[in-house]
Amino acid sequence: MAVMTDAVTAGDAALSVRALTVDLPKGMERVHAVENVSFDLKRGQILCIIGESGSGKSVTANTIMGLLPKIIQVSSGAINLDGTTIVGAPAKKLRQLRGRVVSMIFQDPLSALNPLMTVGEQVTEVMAAHGVGNKASRRERALELLTEVGLPDPELMYHQYPFRLSGGQRQRVMIAMALALEPTVLIADEPTTALDVTTQAQILKLIRDIQRRKDMSVMFITHDFGVVAEIADSVVVMEKGRIVEQGTADQVLKSPSHPYTQRLIAAVPRLTGEDRKLKAQANDETVLTVNGLCKTYRSGSALFGSQRVVPAVQDASFTLAAGRTLGIVGESGSGKSSLGRLLIKLQDSDSGQILFEGRDILKLSESEFRPLRPRIQMIFQDPFASLNPRSTIGQILTVGPVAHGMPYAQAREEARALLSHVGLDAGAFGRYPHEFSGGQRQRIGIARALMFKPKLLIADEAVSALDVSIQAQILKLLDQIQRETGVSMVFITHDLRVASQICDEIAVMQKGRVVERGPPSQIFLKPQSDYTRELVAAIPGERRRES
Amino acid sequence: MRSFLFNRFAQSLVLLLIVSVIGFVVLNLIPGGPLAQFGLDASMTQDDLNRLAEQLGLNRPLWMQYLDWAWRLLRGDWGHSFRDGAPVLEVIGRHLMATLLLMGSSTVIAIAIGTWIGVRGAVKRYSVFDYMATVGAMVALSIPTFWFGLIGIYVFSLRLGWLPAGNMYTIGDESVLNYLHHLILPSIVLALVHVAIWSRYMRTATLDVINQEFIKTARAKGLSERRILMKHVIGNALLPMITLLGMQLPSVLTGALVTETVFTWPGMGRLFLDSLGYSDYPVVMGLLMFSAILVVVSNLAADIVVAIIDPRIRLS
Repeated sequence: MAVMTDAVTAGDAALSVRALTVDLPKGMERVHAVENVSFDLKRGQILCIIGESGSGKSVTANTIMGLLPKIIQVSSGAINLDGTTIVGAPAKKLRQLRGRVVSMIFQDPLSALNPLMTVGEQVTEVMAAHGVGNKASRRERALELLTEVGLPDPELMYHQYPFRLSGGQRQRVMIAMALALEPTVLIADEPTTALDVTTQAQILKLIRDIQRRKDMSVMFITHDFGVVAEIADSVVVMEKGRIVEQGTADQVLKSPSHPYTQRLIAAVPRLTGEDRKLKAQANDETVLTVNGLCKTYRSGSALFGSQRVVPAVQDASFTLAAGRTLGIVGESGSGKSSLGRLLIKLQDSDSGQILFEGRDILKLSESEFRPLRPRIQMIFQDPFASLNPRSTIGQILTVGPVAHGMPYAQAREEARALLSHVGLDAGAFGRYPHEFSGGQRQRIGIARALMFKPKLLIADEAVSALDVSIQAQILKLLDQIQRETGVSMVFITHDLRVASQICDEIAVMQKGRVVERGPPSQIFLKPQSDYTRELVAAIPGERRRES
Repeated sequence: MRSFLFNRFAQSLVLLLIVSVIGFVVLNLIPGGPLAQFGLDASMTQDDLNRLAEQLGLNRPLWMQYLDWAWRLLRGDWGHSFRDGAPVLEVIGRHLMATLLLMGSSTVIAIAIGTWIGVRGAVKRYSVFDYMATVGAMVALSIPTFWFGLIGIYVFSLRLGWLPAGNMYTIGDESVLNYLHHLILPSIVLALVHVAIWSRYMRTATLDVINQEFIKTARAKGLSERRILMKHVIGNALLPMITLLGMQLPSVLTGALVTETVFTWPGMGRLFLDSLGYSDYPVVMGLLMFSAILVVVSNLAADIVVAIIDPRIRLS
């Protein structure tokens, strides 16, 4: 291993990385996971590393932590952490640094906590591992930490198991754990990506506050420029393992110099307060009318008094005109996905009305509804799980229409035409899903839905799993298709910025109820309900842009 | 939790009912029947046999015999052996300890060794040890228990003379050491196949846990690999194994029947074979019901233990 001359003076950098190159195992799509990466994390600052999936940002973090899997090796470069050289250091020395000098929090706070240990055990464990304090003092410190990260009733939390906590609370526990030994550097790997937008805002504020109070240095990994705008002092932009641009947050956000950064920032869905301008439809007929729709989930048994009743959708009412898009926005557990399932009768509703082209489909039996099914199609969130890996794209596209009576030759012709329509090569017809990227698969998902020439598309978090630049392309495609075919769309999302891009009208859901409904200009500029106001305020990066 | 227990209990009762009906019918389909045994005695006349059938209630229709038997069973009367008239429960009781001793010791061996092999194989995946463990497990799974028993007797008893070839103790010496000495070979032979199964499952379960995010968290906290393994990996990996243990019990029991025959071990396996030979229906049915109850109870116990250990089930 060639260790570069350590030209870095520990001076004002808590962490400095010089010419770091990490190799991927042979046979991967590229040779290096990260290549010739250099940056400094200045003391008392927050450095954001931003990049899309596969940019090497997580590999960089794991290298600093000494947590790389064995098959990935550092081939050259130097890392200096608070005066200690990391690359090439023995495992034991690295272990002594972890949790004490540098600690890390992760993306998914549920799977990052041991399900069989209480919160208290997990927080005190880090102190015990470094031989700090005794049982009583560790306990006291843990309670102090739980208070510091803003958890209610720390004494109760201490004895709680992770599964009892909400996502935000779990991430707070992770932060408490990371802060236990007052590390110099905190590495946060997409810590808010799995959280709801309001929770995300709280956690970002918490990290910012603690960083300021303790004058800690934070390396914050994210894919979201909104988050960068919210929290960063300086920014490193990575693409395919290389740093393409770095500078202060203001520099990078306001006047990005590298074309990749420019493209990335341009692709970030902006919150627009402007309403969508569509040609007035010749026939402004109503495609979908929903009246007082209700659904309640029951689990457990009433007999033993242990029944849990969750009102998923309560009294939902709205209408959707031909060629228009209704956004359904809400946080997890708001009932937005349940509503989507009710609309295509994947689940039975308890009461209410769903009028599709004037017929109440709620009253139809499954066999009466079947001829209507092709006219309501769904686009799913996960472009990986929703395509059968053993079928060719051609089979995936044609099997449905053929089952509904279309001759195969015709189905094949239409499938080929649609594939090129959604921006894929017609040669995709004979290939398998694994040969395509996430964005391409989502295009295939859209083509599959369009095969039936539906009147209504239901897109459930259709762009949530995609990188921003791909997200922007898919949104554009959906918009274009709607303008051409006049299909109506119900667009379910947790992301207000995305909703503002594509929706004519937005319904905000909270705990199963539609709390507000209106055009984007109303929702974002003049929100009527407190909850909508809270949601809009929590959108990361919006404040900075206004100022 | 309460409704879960109630459901499981109800399911178990239905299961036992089905087992008893099938067992009773199949047993009575076997040609010959209990009277054939008595018929072997040359001094028995047809009249004697008829009288015997009358006494034992064997001349009634089958369904009536079943209902009578089931009703008595529910009240705790498991019937009497045709062979010596002793109560069935007492006959089973005499052989029960021997079988439980063998099953218990071999299960302990299987879990201890299997867990160790499985965890080590997962931690050092694709190492020489891991490959050897894989091959060893395949061998142990493909060779029948009685063969291992016979080879064990040949090598360790006949050739080396280290261990006794059979029986539970030497007559006249009933010390604990003597029991243990006799227990070594049969319990290891019975454990072999279960070491193989247990280690494979344990390896998979450990691999699942090792790739979980919270193991990375544990590393990021600076814990030692040893502590991570003991505190974070094994605990979580053993959770699904408890259910497996409950499901494995029936096969330990059948394995015990074979092993007992090879090692002339005076347990329920021997009793079962002997009773079948004599068409001693009450004892055979008793053994059948007894092992069915054992299986049902151990499965239920496994579920309850999981529920107690896993806070996600215990507290919700």
